[in-house]
Amino acid sequence: MSTLAPPRLRLECLAVWRRNALVWRRLMAASLLLHFGEPFLYLLGIGYGLGRFIGELDGMPYFTFLASGFIAWSAMNIASMESMWSVYTRMVPQQTYEAILSTPAEVDDIVIGELLWCGTKSLVSGSAILAVAAVLGAVNDWDALLVIPVIFLTGVCFAAPGLIVTAYARGYEYFNFYMTLIMTPMFIMCGVFYPVSSLPGPVQSVVEILPLTHAVEIIRPIVVGQPVTDLALHLGALALFGLVSTWAATILFRRRLIT
Amino acid sequence: MTTVAADKDHTPVVVHCRDLCKKFGSSTAVADLSFDIRPRTCFGLLGPNGAGKTTTLRMLLGQSPRSGGILEVFGQDISHGRRQIRQRIGIVPQADNLDPDFTVKENLSMYGSYFRLNPKVLNERIPGLLEMVELLPRANHRINTLSGGMKRRLTLARALVNDPQLLVLDEPTTGLDPQARHMIWSLIHQMKRAGKTILLTTHYMEEAERLCDELIVIDEGSLLAQGSPTELIHRYCESDVLEIRGDVNEICLDTLPDTWRTEKAGESLYLYADDAQALVDFSQNLADMVCLHRHASLEDVFLRLTGRALRG
Repeated sequence: MSTLAPPRLRLECLAVWRRNALVWRRLMAASLLLHFGEPFLYLLGIGYGLGRFIGELDGMPYFTFLASGFIAWSAMNIASMESMWSVYTRMVPQQTYEAILSTPAEVDDIVIGELLWCGTKSLVSGSAILAVAAVLGAVNDWDALLVIPVIFLTGVCFAAPGLIVTAYARGYEYFNFYMTLIMTPMFIMCGVFYPVSSLPGPVQSVVEILPLTHAVEIIRPIVVGQPVTDLALHLGALALFGLVSTWAATILFRRRLIT
Repeated sequence: MTTVAADKDHTPVVVHCRDLCKKFGSSTAVADLSFDIRPRTCFGLLGPNGAGKTTTLRMLLGQSPRSGGILEVFGQDISHGRRQIRQRIGIVPQADNLDPDFTVKENLSMYGSYFRLNPKVLNERIPGLLEMVELLPRANHRINTLSGGMKRRLTLARALVNDPQLLVLDEPTTGLDPQARHMIWSLIHQMKRAGKTILLTTHYMEEAERLCDELIVIDEGSLLAQGSPTELIHRYCESDVLEIRGDVNEICLDTLPDTWRTEKAGESLYLYADDAQALVDFSQNLADMVCLHRHASLEDVFLRLTGRALRG
């Protein structure tokens, strides 16, 4: 098989997903505290606090604007951290993948299994924020639950570039570059805190093509209960970004693990 | 139908390897290695650190693509039948890679799930495996509570979870105390009696002598010698050795018979000869030195073939 071939989907990837899910279940209490507690504090502190000065933004209370942006950001953030720090831990110090690769499971199964797992973690975290936002009164309709598959997709799409970075990583410090140079700018500029339309023209056209912007553009209206404009465009852009990154991550992981 | 490589008795071989090569960039890790492993035998792969043993094992498992040559396992080319082949192989790797996030028992069931084994079959098989490696009382303990020997035993049990036909053991007893080592040896014998084929790498020549029916010695990726332990001793070494320690520089070597072979290493002098009595007689004249007379072993063969220089 060529190392450049697209990833192959096999049932073994579910065994990799299941492994991570079982480990997570053991640490669930601490993890859930983080997923519910953090957004609760952030939304209260920034959403209400800052919201009192801002009032409304894009036709919704600032609190709602921020909560929906946070859901998209958290999907990106949780999946990226899992696909870098946790995957690296399994790959290098724990040698978990070496053990898996002496069974019929292949590199592709590891990559796909990890992507699905990162998406799952994003889903848990995003849903927690959605729940907190709903409790605090930012969500008005059950239709907001439609956002859950989008959160999962967003997680998978951001896990793939995380895996690309991990495939090159020689240590945990390596991830700081990606976090500082790629993730933080997107967090600040892609419409989580303020509308992308308020950015100066040239910056705006760059920010508009970034994947987090597309995720925010889908997630916010669904949470708020507004129709999504250009749904196919945003979904397509996000999916394309995810697919290309997944393919690249698979190639790079084959090179890293099969030497 | 594919032709399955067979040995001279026409029994199909488990591993068939011809002119196997592995290059990393410009450096050669394995060069033109050829050997066959017959079913139900224990085959030893011996060599100093960095000789290419682990690289060879990784190629055999499809974890490392070969640069050239033929490599077939169970009659299938490794580059095409990798997944089917791994379904029938169990491996004990050199470095521990048990899953620290799980208990002893969960390690086996998780590993079994990568083979897509039926959970029911696994639940039946696991207690037996744990009992065999004497870890049943620790079934629900976490990995970090186990000693090095227990971890190795668990890794062996894990390698058997898919009931493999070929068991690959990469230095299975390195770093273990004598008790644990003897237990692993007895388990390997048990596996052989159960009809499994075993591929073993080791640094312990005593271990190879005890366990292996056939072995190869490699160094710098090339084959140096091949045969059964006794054959190799006969072929490459005199039958007896006299080890002399002390002020060995004072011993006059000029008068020794031509058929004797001498070797100096630091403070020690080794005299190799087929005439045991003559060696003993010679040692009587060395009053101030420590003399040890013994039969030649695989270790003497190994050192003769690979030299005494230290390896990285």
